[in-house]
Amino acid sequence: MRSLGDFDVAEEAVQDSLVAALEHWPRDGIPANPGAWLMTTARRKGIDRLRRETRYREKVAQLEETPMATSSMPDERLELIFTCCHPALAREAQLALTLRSVAGLTTAEIARAFLQSEATIAQRLVRAKRKIVDAKIPFRVPEGHELPDRVSEVLAVLYLMFNEGYLATGARGAMDRDLASEAEWLTSLLARLMPDEPEVLGLLALMRFNLARADARFDADGELVLLRDQDRAKWDRPKIDETFLLVGRFVRMRSPGVYQLQALIAGAHADAKSWETTRWPEILRSYDSLLMYGDTPVVRLNRAIALWHVYGPTAALADVDALAAELSGYHLFHATRAELLRALGRAADARAADERALELTENPAERALLARRLARRSR
Amino acid sequence: MPRYMLTFISHDDWWEKQTEESLKTALAPLMSWWDELVQNGVVKSGEELAPQRTATTVRRVNGSMKVTDGPFIESKESVGGYAIIDVPDLDKAIAVAKSWPGGDVEVRPVVEH
Repeated sequence: MRSLGDFDVAEEAVQDSLVAALEHWPRDGIPANPGAWLMTTARRKGIDRLRRETRYREKVAQLEETPMATSSMPDERLELIFTCCHPALAREAQLALTLRSVAGLTTAEIARAFLQSEATIAQRLVRAKRKIVDAKIPFRVPEGHELPDRVSEVLAVLYLMFNEGYLATGARGAMDRDLASEAEWLTSLLARLMPDEPEVLGLLALMRFNLARADARFDADGELVLLRDQDRAKWDRPKIDETFLLVGRFVRMRSPGVYQLQALIAGAHADAKSWETTRWPEILRSYDSLLMYGDTPVVRLNRAIALWHVYGPTAALADVDALAAELSGYHLFHATRAELLRALGRAADARAADERALELTENPAERALLARRLARRSR
Repeated sequence: MPRYMLTFISHDDWWEKQTEESLKTALAPLMSWWDELVQNGVVKSGEELAPQRTATTVRRVNGSMKVTDGPFIESKESVGGYAIIDVPDLDKAIAVAKSWPGGDVEVRPVVEH
């Protein structure tokens, strides 16, 4: 076991050597053993200034493509990720710590991303690091039977980070997508370090399918556009095709999980020429499998859309109505009901459901969308 | 090696409802857990505590110590016992806590002076 105060040292070493790499590689080219080179080179230079430059990303991306030669020098980034996402730390601390220590964001950048003061984030980071040291959270990759749980903890942090950026809209604007791409970058790093973990590949594919559609999610006026109405020509085709290679990799591993299933659903959407020609039976099967991992009302609500396109609106509405007790305070429950009621020709009921959805929505982009829908129907 | 204190949380209601027979059945796995961990040197010391209703709290009120009936904080859940364990790090301490066949466990590092 390594000594216990290693966290700070490793964090700095990883970041410093990346900075050094930036300065050397353009001049000398990528060394034969970049992983080992990175870990043996640690120089303190203007980290904060340099690490956010594009070249940093490009070089790191290049590094990810270069096969790692076996080396006696371990790559400590994996230990760092597992320590930052240790279950003994609160979720918000895990998020901040991972962004700071692994992704190299500054405290100010993290504060902006979470709409919090820099002091709050700084304090959160200090507390988390203090707990790592005082409670002796080990700096290592968990082994054996511990590993699956700990991998899912890391994935939960990255998934939350991604959603925070991808789904949140309005006030944060362009910053949000940044957080989503941060999460995607961290997940690709994890996939590189743990190439045999199918759920890591699953989450990465899920993120990439979503990011490939990002440009179509908002129209020229900055209004949210639902998947069904998106201009599919704006989707990033090469990125989607590339992501299917990842899907192929995890499917061959034959060890399904929740992120892989969600990636399959996102992939089926990404692959469809239109909403109507989407492979709904396949999506429905993926949702059925997801239910086996956790029968939650939100999964059932999403599944209802697939159910609608396979078995018709009546069957779907019956399923959605059965969720009323659990989801009556959730705006998407009412918005989904409205869709189904409209498909059944029950215009007045649909309108009432849309109004209820609007009352319950706080997200400004979603509010605008619902308001537009209501205005259109009343004409 | 670092030491941690495991605090075992107990629900007094549940304990009070048990018959002598059911208590014996419920305690058996806890006892064997304890014996095993003492034997392999993980548990260094520890005790089981009598229920909350036996507690007396001595509070400092205006500079003098005042004796009151009852626990420091009245709650359905309270400390039912503790163990001091000797393990390399928090992961191991958590693994020990997870193996506890009883209820909730709080894990805290012991400050070494």
